[in-house]
Amino acid sequence: MGSATGEAAAHGAKPANRRGQGLTWVPAALAAAIFAALWPAIPTVAAGEVLRWGVAWVPSLGVNFSVLLDGLSLTFALLISGIGALVMLFAAKYMEGKYHSGRFALYLFLFMLAMLGLVLADNLLTLFVFWELTSITSYLLIGFGHADAKSRRSALQALLVTGMGGLALLAGFILIYTVVGSFDLAVVLASGDVLRDSPLYLPILILVLAGAFTKSAQFPLHFWLPNAMAAPTPVSAYLHSATMVKAGVFLLARLHPALAGTDVWLWSLTLFGGVTAVFASVMALRQTDLKQALAYTTLMALGTLVLFLADGTSAYAITGFMAFLVTHSLYKAALFLVVGTVDHGTGTRDARILGGLARAMPVTAFAAALAGLSMAGLPPFVGFIAKEVLYKGAGELPLGTIVTGFALASNALMFAVAGIVCLRPFWGRPRGETPVPPHEGPWQLLAGPIILSVLGLALGLMPWLKQQALVSPGVDAVLGRGGEARDLKLWAGVNLALVLSLATFALGLMLYAFHVVLRDGLNRLGARLPSLDAGWDRFLDGLKALAAWQTRILQSGRLVNYMAVTFATLLAGLGAALIATAPGPIMLEMPYLLVKEWGIALLVLAGTGVVVSTNSRITALAGLGVVGVGVALIFVTYGAPDVAITQLLVEVLVVVLVALAILKLPSLEPETGRRRWFDAALALGIGGAVTVIMLMVLDVPLDRRLSEYFEVTSWPEAFGRNIVNVILVDFRALDTFGEIAVVAVAGIAAFALLKTKIAPAKEDAR
Amino acid sequence: MEQILALLIGVLVAASVWLMLSRNVVRFLFGLVLISNAANLVIFTGGRLTLGAPPLIDEGADAPPALVANALPQALVLTAIVIGFGLLAFALALVFRAYTALGTVDSDEMRLAEPREGEEGAAKLPARGGATPEMAREAAE
Repeated sequence: MGSATGEAAAHGAKPANRRGQGLTWVPAALAAAIFAALWPAIPTVAAGEVLRWGVAWVPSLGVNFSVLLDGLSLTFALLISGIGALVMLFAAKYMEGKYHSGRFALYLFLFMLAMLGLVLADNLLTLFVFWELTSITSYLLIGFGHADAKSRRSALQALLVTGMGGLALLAGFILIYTVVGSFDLAVVLASGDVLRDSPLYLPILILVLAGAFTKSAQFPLHFWLPNAMAAPTPVSAYLHSATMVKAGVFLLARLHPALAGTDVWLWSLTLFGGVTAVFASVMALRQTDLKQALAYTTLMALGTLVLFLADGTSAYAITGFMAFLVTHSLYKAALFLVVGTVDHGTGTRDARILGGLARAMPVTAFAAALAGLSMAGLPPFVGFIAKEVLYKGAGELPLGTIVTGFALASNALMFAVAGIVCLRPFWGRPRGETPVPPHEGPWQLLAGPIILSVLGLALGLMPWLKQQALVSPGVDAVLGRGGEARDLKLWAGVNLALVLSLATFALGLMLYAFHVVLRDGLNRLGARLPSLDAGWDRFLDGLKALAAWQTRILQSGRLVNYMAVTFATLLAGLGAALIATAPGPIMLEMPYLLVKEWGIALLVLAGTGVVVSTNSRITALAGLGVVGVGVALIFVTYGAPDVAITQLLVEVLVVVLVALAILKLPSLEPETGRRRWFDAALALGIGGAVTVIMLMVLDVPLDRRLSEYFEVTSWPEAFGRNIVNVILVDFRALDTFGEIAVVAVAGIAAFALLKTKIAPAKEDAR
Repeated sequence: MEQILALLIGVLVAASVWLMLSRNVVRFLFGLVLISNAANLVIFTGGRLTLGAPPLIDEGADAPPALVANALPQALVLTAIVIGFGLLAFALALVFRAYTALGTVDSDEMRLAEPREGEEGAAKLPARGGATPEMAREAAE
């Protein structure tokens, strides 16, 4: 799963670009300012108010650039800006002197803005735009080490997977619009019953879940997230633990009032979330790279979050969701930053080498211990409270046993991984030589982990703070009704949740004790299982092969093939239209016709037959003339003398022109071959389809309103007695003008073509 | 008569499709002429046929007599005939020019823009067909 040696080396090897170096602290300061600006909103939102502000953006599409600040979005916005400030401070130091560090700071800041826009959006389309912006900025960040092929591949993979999800999401939003008639979140969230009863509910749900699950890396579309760890550590800490991957979870929480509460929602979220959580915890045990291990525990957390959103009504489950969301962001960002500091201080992230770092890196070790204890879910940390609430919530759910099982397994595994990541590298004896002698990081690196992990302890000791500011308002927003959030308590008495917690610790301890054996065993097993990552490559290769194949087939470079494809498509379209309308039997009646009418029909028929069958140029030309004259006779017979005159005139011109040209062209050769049989079948098919459609048209009563309008207005308004002429030069004069222009352009172009024949191609080219 | 014309249109369309699928661009031109005629007949027949009563308003009258031919399709067909002629004239010039430049009327032999794989021209060009007309022209000679 990639080498664990420091990416610091990979990025530092290039010549340093000092431009923008002195300004890398600016994003951190701006993020802190945003955080400070959001802070005063806490009491208002906690009191149950929903703040809205907006301006029209694309009024014609009903898209407003509008901001919605309720419990859910405020919690997210605080996490994004707060953790963002710390991560950017970290990044400024971490990337100092490295290649394009200024650009890196800019990308990170842009990402933060996109993410803020996403969570604050009050309109589905605005949300979608920011959703895509997070995908794009994350592409830039993952592929930041662009000289490395692995980085590029990971970045592209993340972009394609989340981009496909984004397309599905857009389709889902449009379907929602067709049902409720608005993109405004307020309207959408209030129309839950309409949406759930709509026949489009299932497609909407599938499309929205596709978007959310790709973004939040749910199994089996999870593989891009561990690969995305190719990015510099601050990116992993920020995008791939605290913020972007939570966008999918955020979306599910946001749309919870509108879409939750059905069996499909319940089962799909339970199964995807549960499987992701357990699968990811097992995968986390396998890793030797600390960052990869953390990446998989992030997957586990995302799975758990999805799992607890599955139910439509349980306040306990949603309280657990919000509590765990905040908790996870705090300790996971801290741990990623710790790993970054370790990488910075030792030059490696390999769990097999690292050990006893506490002596050289005491502050890092302190932060790691606090964050690790929170992750393991030990009291008195926030992790413990979150876990307790989760267990209680699980007991309330209709699928309680399954959810409890998933939660127990993943929590125990998480406990073990916390030990591997936070304990082993810092305590005990060194297990091997590190590339750089271990040394403590500077304050900019340590600030983030310390603040975040101490916060994890403080909020654990004072759970009411977190409750009032972050959790309860969020629960209200997710459930769509107020006052139902359950209390977060450090000590809730002896109950089932506590027993489950103790079982988790026991199981976790065992897993930790045997994790080396387990790791090797799992790796042997894992080597035999098909890899989804490799499957993705095969999928892409297949897609490219398909594209190349269909290009070869459809774009062969032969005009006849292009024509055949075009006509075959036409026939398919006509056939589909005919089948769709399912015409009844059409009555063909033998008409009583005058002799001249029969004569004309036979004339056209004979002319056509001659053109098709002859190999003589002059005979074919004569046939064309016969057809043209026949058509003119039809016009004159059925009351269209003007048309007939024009037809005759043009027919004469055509015959003269073609005759002039054709004498200089080579004679026609007879055509044979199997290919022509196919052509004949295609031609007969299209001809037959056109006849049937024409007969169907004739079966429908004619709407003569427009013609009657021309008939009664021709003289009184336009003062013309020849209605056809009046239509051409008066009612539709601009059309006629366009027609004249077309003929003029064709004439000029033809003239230009013929004029240049004097200079042969050879002279042109040389 | 409308139904007879519907059949006739089908025959014309089938004949023109067959001609347009030919490798010989002269036959393609014949197909173009026929399909123009077929399209005009479709418009004309769609407006229904009225025997021998052109849409004219008699002197002193404000409107034509009751059973008069439909004027609207006639106007449309008139436009279509002229446009069809413009198209044909241009196509004819193109065919003629192509023949004088390339010496063939077989569209399979006209491979300036998309040379056959493995041909001299294809080999010389960059893999993804960044062919300039000059390069392709040289290659074809």
